[in-house]
Amino acid sequence: MLQVAGLSAHYGRAHILDDVGFTVGAGEVVVLLGRNGAGKSTTMKAVMGLVPPSAGSVRFLDAEVVGQPPFRIARAGLGYVPEERRIFTELTVLENLEVGRQKPREGLAPWTPERLFELFPSLGAMRDRPGGRMSGGEQQMLTIARTLMGNPRLVLLDEPSEGLAPVIIERMAHAIRALKSEGLSILLSEQNLHFARLVSDRAVIIEKGRIRWSGSLAALMDAAEVREQYLSV
Amino acid sequence: MSVVLEVEGLAKSFGGVRAVQGVGFAVDAGEMLALIGPNGAGKSTCFNMLNGQLRPDAGRVRLLGRDITGMVPRRVWRLGVGRTFQITATFGSMTVRENVQMALLSHAGRLLHLWRPATDAFVAEADALLARVGMAEQADRVSAILAYGDLKRLELAIALANAPRLLLMDEPTAGMAPRERVALMELTAGIARESGIAVLFTEHDMDVVFAHADRIIVLDRGRLIAEGAPPAVRANPEVQAVYLGAGLVHG
Amino acid sequence: MEDLLIQALNGLASASSLFLVASGLTVIFGVSRIVNFAHGSFYMLGAYLGWTLVTRLPEGLAGTPFGFWGGVLLAALITGLIGMVVEMLLLRRIYGSPELFQLLATFGVVLVVQDLALMAWGPQDLLGPRAPLLRGSTDLLGLRFPRYELFLICVGPVVLGLLWLLFHRTRWGRLVRAATQDREMVSALGIDQRRLFTGVFFLGSLLAGLGGALQLPRESVNLHMDLAIITEAFVVVVVGGLGSLGGAFLAALLIGELHAFGILILPKITLVLVFLVMAVVLVVRPHGLLGRASAPVRGAAAAPDPPVGPTPRPLVIAGFAALALLIVVPPFLRDYEVSILVDLAVFVLFAASLHFIMGPGGMASFGHAAYFGAGAYGAALLVKHLAAPMGIGLAAAPLAAGLLGLAFGWFCVRLSGVYAAMLTLAFAQIAWSVAFQWVEVTGGDNGILGVWPAAWANTKLVYFYLTLALCLGGTLLLRRVVRAPFGMALRAQRDSTLRAEAIGIDGFRIRWLAFALAAAMAGIAGGLFAYAKGSVFPTYLAISRSVDALLMVLLGGVQTLSGPILGAIGFAGMQEQLMRASDLWRLIMGGVIIALVLFFPQGLAGAVRRLWEGRRA
Repeated sequence: MLQVAGLSAHYGRAHILDDVGFTVGAGEVVVLLGRNGAGKSTTMKAVMGLVPPSAGSVRFLDAEVVGQPPFRIARAGLGYVPEERRIFTELTVLENLEVGRQKPREGLAPWTPERLFELFPSLGAMRDRPGGRMSGGEQQMLTIARTLMGNPRLVLLDEPSEGLAPVIIERMAHAIRALKSEGLSILLSEQNLHFARLVSDRAVIIEKGRIRWSGSLAALMDAAEVREQYLSV
Repeated sequence: MSVVLEVEGLAKSFGGVRAVQGVGFAVDAGEMLALIGPNGAGKSTCFNMLNGQLRPDAGRVRLLGRDITGMVPRRVWRLGVGRTFQITATFGSMTVRENVQMALLSHAGRLLHLWRPATDAFVAEADALLARVGMAEQADRVSAILAYGDLKRLELAIALANAPRLLLMDEPTAGMAPRERVALMELTAGIARESGIAVLFTEHDMDVVFAHADRIIVLDRGRLIAEGAPPAVRANPEVQAVYLGAGLVHG
Repeated sequence: MEDLLIQALNGLASASSLFLVASGLTVIFGVSRIVNFAHGSFYMLGAYLGWTLVTRLPEGLAGTPFGFWGGVLLAALITGLIGMVVEMLLLRRIYGSPELFQLLATFGVVLVVQDLALMAWGPQDLLGPRAPLLRGSTDLLGLRFPRYELFLICVGPVVLGLLWLLFHRTRWGRLVRAATQDREMVSALGIDQRRLFTGVFFLGSLLAGLGGALQLPRESVNLHMDLAIITEAFVVVVVGGLGSLGGAFLAALLIGELHAFGILILPKITLVLVFLVMAVVLVVRPHGLLGRASAPVRGAAAAPDPPVGPTPRPLVIAGFAALALLIVVPPFLRDYEVSILVDLAVFVLFAASLHFIMGPGGMASFGHAAYFGAGAYGAALLVKHLAAPMGIGLAAAPLAAGLLGLAFGWFCVRLSGVYAAMLTLAFAQIAWSVAFQWVEVTGGDNGILGVWPAAWANTKLVYFYLTLALCLGGTLLLRRVVRAPFGMALRAQRDSTLRAEAIGIDGFRIRWLAFALAAAMAGIAGGLFAYAKGSVFPTYLAISRSVDALLMVLLGGVQTLSGPILGAIGFAGMQEQLMRASDLWRLIMGGVIIALVLFFPQGLAGAVRRLWEGRRA
């Protein structure tokens, strides 16, 4: 579904991504693991067209998306949930969802606010509340819901557990599993290995802008030296 | 051990919503006290009232027995309260050393000097502080391009510049890799014990909290719901229900 | 009593027109965060286009309701399209630039439009026709009141209502509100933000054009409409709270009525009154009547300033070489050329003083001329009333300006960003009004004459050396201060207010003293300028001089200490040359400014530095 190959990016003269390559299959949850500053967020932004890559290719549903503006990539069915939430604080929950709405996609049951409130019940109780008056956990749910309104086939989830209470993270894991069971593909970036284990099929480890290891989650849990070396756990 | 910070009956409302109500606790010299709770429980509000960024509606904050309630942040700092922020705040256009020099110049009351270049002031002192947090080699780099973990250590060095009695650390390890977290907290705990500094920190990484806190207080919806040693707090069913969950996402 | 009622209704009608223009400005600002100087030009274009469409109608349509109203609407529509084109060709390319650079670009548009309008419609005032169907007056509460005014009174609330519906009840409006906060996120959600922005510019410009065209039956169309309306519209938008439509409406009512009654009661100080009200509102509510503190816009963040290092060696050498030339060459120049050098030296210090608060301080001032003027008047008043010698006059200049800076700065440095800039503008306008209207003391429009240098400095050459010494000294002092603890504290509070407060830096005090120091330096420049010209006039503190200083600093580059020096020389030199060489100097100047913004977004000094660093890398 998503094929990233040879992706590089620069910030000034510094290399921040160097020959990054991985794939995400249909219905698969892949987690990008790595330290802060390793290149996880930049990878996601480069895939989404928010950071211009200096080389490489990103193919989504067999079409090249490098060089396309972000809105076209989003319309092609790639959803993006940024770190730091970035909800529209002046808009209500329903209005936030409205901004994310796109046309239904063939073969997918379109997301509606009502369906999303089933997935995230706490949002349903505050439909008309401005986004700025919600707690961090609620805001995180809203960003995911807002992206789902675009009926994506694949979602990029950038550090959804960051700064959240353990109970909320557990709820988040539930929601992600539910989405996976609906057939949604997900590329997750994480530092919390406990959380990544709960939801992912495969892991890709990135360090200083390069892919250092990839394999199944089970293989990662067996490879203590890999975890030690790149994730310092 | 002597009490450094005493808080009693602290309360604050925003537009009718009670963010913090009736919170009281104390921190001893050399002690690491963790403040945990769900998002929106009032941790940041609480923190901001301690260093004067917010004025409490009610309650008292005492530092070494002296009432500092409602003082502006810079006065609180002068009395010996250092602070690090959840989202790091450093002077991006300055080098790492200049960031620390700035704090030292402020401590020495020399901010209004107009002639001698600031970069020549307190060089040795700044470098000593940077060495203490393991940042000596990066002293000449611009702080805007530092890696996240290094920014956190720089913040610690800045906070230590006026020989504080109390350190307030808002999510000190957010955004760091597990081992970096451990390293930073060990560094902090070492400095705290060595210099008798009281440390109050908020944190979402339970591995960090349970490994480094001497004591934990738990906030939920603006109220203190539990207080005690880590094992007791961990076993507390109410804390599990509102915050810790089933323990799936921490070690 | 009757007069009062008539004035009140007049005020309401003015308020409606003002609101039309201000609403467009505030909507554009909300989304693009561009403070659009060219908005006044769109208003003027709307009026001119309306005049052409309405008066040059083919036989049979002229004078008919369809002809008039169709012409007005068409003029608004065309203005909207022009705004769209400006957005697509120019502004779209600079959304990532610093706020003040965008401002500079739109100011370039103002200059270009002024000359284009002059070419198309000529310098004379044009009178528009009365509005069909709304001629004559209506009896209202026993008074005869012009129907057209009544119509205008209704237009404001209707437009406000329509805009509210547009922004809260349509998908497009919600997208615009979302983009106001985080444009990058909006585009990542599948929305073409470029079309959204272009649409907003169309709407905003259309409102400005409509406002202009609707003025046809009320007043004549002329080439000064643009700057006159933009100043008022800025006041309205800022008093109302940037980005707030409701606030703009309230503020328009307030300002409209203030004008109407001000003219009745205190005609002399109407202008002061308006700016005084703005100052009071901003001091009490730093974000305007209905405005809120806005989070920084995502997807438009500027990189932090580069650190201030030691002056590079080649620059020191170049500086000494230039100084040597300035000492050796002038004896061989003609008096006229030497006096140009005097002006340049004065502008270098003036620009450097503004740069001090804009660059290291991170505050924008739109009213820096006030302190330049205070220095000039400080010296001239002593000469006029006490026959003080030049030494005393030149000492009084920084003192007067510094004291004024302490007084005005105490208010201004509490605010930030555009609000602070507007408050500085307000105070400068107040200072200008005092100089202009307190005729007994300042001589009003005629200024103060006979401010000549002492006998020993009364040749152009000696005076030049004196000016050079003082201006160079002042400029170098400011450079020194930037590197001293005070300057570093100033940069610290700019980089992070939060951190600065947390390590005991009193940001307010630092900014305040820096503001006063910059004012004192501008005062020295003003004092020297007064003795160089032998006279002072209210134009020394006019908006245009403040804008000149701003242009110098921005052209040079805010991020480098050498920027203001290069900028002052480049700008003043260019202006001087152009005004002598061509009637179309505004057009050329505007074009040059736009080109600079597009191709040298970090100013002249920034471009040189880049070239230099690029070569070494």
